[in-house]
Amino acid sequence: MPYRRLDRADINAFFGSGGGRGSRSVAGYDEDTTTMGVEAARFALRSAGEGAEPDALWFATANPAYLEKTNANAIHAALRLDQLTPAVDTGGAVRSGVGSLRAALDGRGSVLVVTADTRGGLPTSTDEAAGGDGAAALLVDDDDEDAPVIAELVAAASATEEFIDRWRTPGEPNAKQWEERFGETKYLPLGEQAWNAALKAAELTPEQVDRVIVTGSHARAIRSLTRRLGVAQEAVVDDLSATVGNTGTAHFGLLLAGGLEAAEPGQVIAVLSLADGADVLVFRTTDAIASYSPARAVAAQVENGGPLPYARFLSWRKVVTVEPPRRPEPDRISAAVSGRTHDWKFAFIGSRDESTGALHMPPARVSREGGAVDEMEPAPMSDVAGTIATFTIDRIAYSPSPPIVFAVVDFDGGGRLPIELTDVEADDLAIGDRVEMTFRRLFSADGIHNYFWKARPIRAGR
Amino acid sequence: MGSHGIKDQVAIVGMGCTRFGEHWDKGADELLVDAAEETFASVGVTKDDIDAYWYGTAMSGMSGMGVARPLQLHNKPVTHVENFCATGSEALRNAAYAVASGAYDSAMAIGVEKVKDSGYQGLVGAGKTPTDGTNRTLTAAAMFAMCVPAYAKKYGVDAEEMREVLAHISAKNHYNGARNPRAQFRREVSTETICASPLMAGDLRVYDCSGVADGSAAAIVVRAEDAHKYTDSPLYIKALSFVAGNCSGNADPDYDYTSFPEIEAAAADAYAQADITNPRSEIAMAEVHDCFTPAELLIMEDLGFAERGTAWKEVLAGTYDLHGELPVNPDGGLKSFGHPVGASGLRMMFEAWLQLRHQAPDERQISTDRTIGLTHNLGGYPGEMVSFVGLVSPELG
Repeated sequence: MPYRRLDRADINAFFGSGGGRGSRSVAGYDEDTTTMGVEAARFALRSAGEGAEPDALWFATANPAYLEKTNANAIHAALRLDQLTPAVDTGGAVRSGVGSLRAALDGRGSVLVVTADTRGGLPTSTDEAAGGDGAAALLVDDDDEDAPVIAELVAAASATEEFIDRWRTPGEPNAKQWEERFGETKYLPLGEQAWNAALKAAELTPEQVDRVIVTGSHARAIRSLTRRLGVAQEAVVDDLSATVGNTGTAHFGLLLAGGLEAAEPGQVIAVLSLADGADVLVFRTTDAIASYSPARAVAAQVENGGPLPYARFLSWRKVVTVEPPRRPEPDRISAAVSGRTHDWKFAFIGSRDESTGALHMPPARVSREGGAVDEMEPAPMSDVAGTIATFTIDRIAYSPSPPIVFAVVDFDGGGRLPIELTDVEADDLAIGDRVEMTFRRLFSADGIHNYFWKARPIRAGR
Repeated sequence: MGSHGIKDQVAIVGMGCTRFGEHWDKGADELLVDAAEETFASVGVTKDDIDAYWYGTAMSGMSGMGVARPLQLHNKPVTHVENFCATGSEALRNAAYAVASGAYDSAMAIGVEKVKDSGYQGLVGAGKTPTDGTNRTLTAAAMFAMCVPAYAKKYGVDAEEMREVLAHISAKNHYNGARNPRAQFRREVSTETICASPLMAGDLRVYDCSGVADGSAAAIVVRAEDAHKYTDSPLYIKALSFVAGNCSGNADPDYDYTSFPEIEAAAADAYAQADITNPRSEIAMAEVHDCFTPAELLIMEDLGFAERGTAWKEVLAGTYDLHGELPVNPDGGLKSFGHPVGASGLRMMFEAWLQLRHQAPDERQISTDRTIGLTHNLGGYPGEMVSFVGLVSPELG
């Protein structure tokens, strides 16, 4: 979940209309669905344990950073997955997220299902206020001693019908929606059909469902359907609309991840998603969930947001263009150079001198200590924390969102890199602060996104 | 093996330097012609009398034809050199070595930069090599800004004192530049104005940063024994040193941003070449690379003009003022001149040429019985830089 939060009241204060109560999550200017997908996938693999190594990576989003080019490849590279592990995009539509999870559960082998979305709309619209940005990743696999299954699928059901409720053509920034009542009349019977079919297959009654997650792309239908499911009000999982907003393609996964973090062994957790049909997945938690320790809990991420002024939100979303520093914009990156340095660029792997231990970022052939040549081992640094040795704020350098906050980071166990900070409140920064690495989009030029790593403050509870 | 230098083997016999500034009406070609013609005239030679040329520019031209064409040199060797912000000094170093080798009787080092055509403030245009996009995109101001809190913390200087020190350096250089008709900025600037100017990066304000200017400068070098054929008052080269850093400050947690090891190493080599044991008491004046005020502060210690951790006190005591014990940047420095990269090193040498031969205007002529002048460049950033140190004197021995 991105760090920034927009207070919905700020929208109304600015325009005199729109907005609402609570807050929504906002992807940083340096985040997109791919970078958020990387972050969620890193947390998922770390949560699953040492032995977790997927046989395939599927990435679903309704707002891909690229068309034509597969976005899952950047995630694959950042995770440093085996070259023989396929990576595919399954996205385009909101339903592709939950659909990918269902397909992975129905299939063979282990699949890392990554979902992400950035949601918005015209200023003052419901979509702008109610939407959220985020990503969720789920690792589907058979039981394994090192990476035990924490929830197993009991049953699944879907219902599908063609009708026009929400739509957006390629290149359009914002979706449109038909008159709300029409969609509701379509979604309610589809949702009930799928729900009943899933419970029947699971041989469960609604009362036996301990936790139910209801989400999707039609808020009114979700509310109506929730009342008709026959489950206790306490069983309904908070949909985070007051704090995060609806993260579209990723939202079922975000809520499921949060639900699993709070679950006990033997509980039944059902997911019901309404998006161009209805999808229901019924899980039962295993004994292994008692010792499940998420790398970064959803609840902690919900708590740890920082405010974003509405004007800056509009600038980040390119609704308004503010005067940039008078410096040249960066050139597009070279595919050839990136092609030979991708372990560094995407996976943040330096090199360590095998004899002296001297760490080199970026990786080097000749050691700066002792002078050994080609006697280096890879040094993966993306999960290594560091400390700020010194820092500065650059008010004149080019940035998609000036000013740049920049620090010299000394990594735990050796190694130093001067690197840009992000998700940072510059006034609160101090030498000695602790930071962690995060995968970001530095800039885009000629339609090519420049992905690399930045450092961000380690905050309490994260 | 060894760095032996060329002490007293080569002499500078003529120099020229354009006014530095916004030359909207002149390109690199016109600036080169101006500097070259002034230099030829200072010696009374023509372009044909010079056997070889070294051409310093970082981003205003490529190949030796960048000089051969505007000066219309016929069948002369012209070598283009580039070494970041030390490019002008690098041209001089190579020209001097060529003469010392016996390959040529005379050579010209000429540097130029046309910076103001880019449409941007600051230096742009260098480094168009295709990259993977992982390289740092910070400005130089921000990189040098990181030295300020590091130095202050290490030596217990509080933020207000530090601001006063930096402002003193800026005010001193502007004071000197106000007395130099070739400078870009010819106004004294009060410390109050400096401290109230807009923030650029970290604690650095506009007046902590050098200007942006076009300019050109040149020198003619000959063998020392031939020097008096050209002039009654040559300047003998005592030392020329250069260090290209291995960028370890970016990778080594031991580097603490309170010194520039590349400068310390270049200075040690130069002092050894010239048999200098106590630079603080032996050097008459120094032109150093004050691209940003904290750079000049740290350079004072790297060059041995102050003990570690004490330069800030010396700055406040006026040690490096125009009439202080060791005047630093008596011509106004990069602060007053701006920084046309290919020309700056030769512009510094031009000030040594004037001061040590007592030809500077009265209002900024220093008075000392010392005879050694020092010029210094750095190019790059804290943790990753090149450095040049040159020593010259009107006296042999």
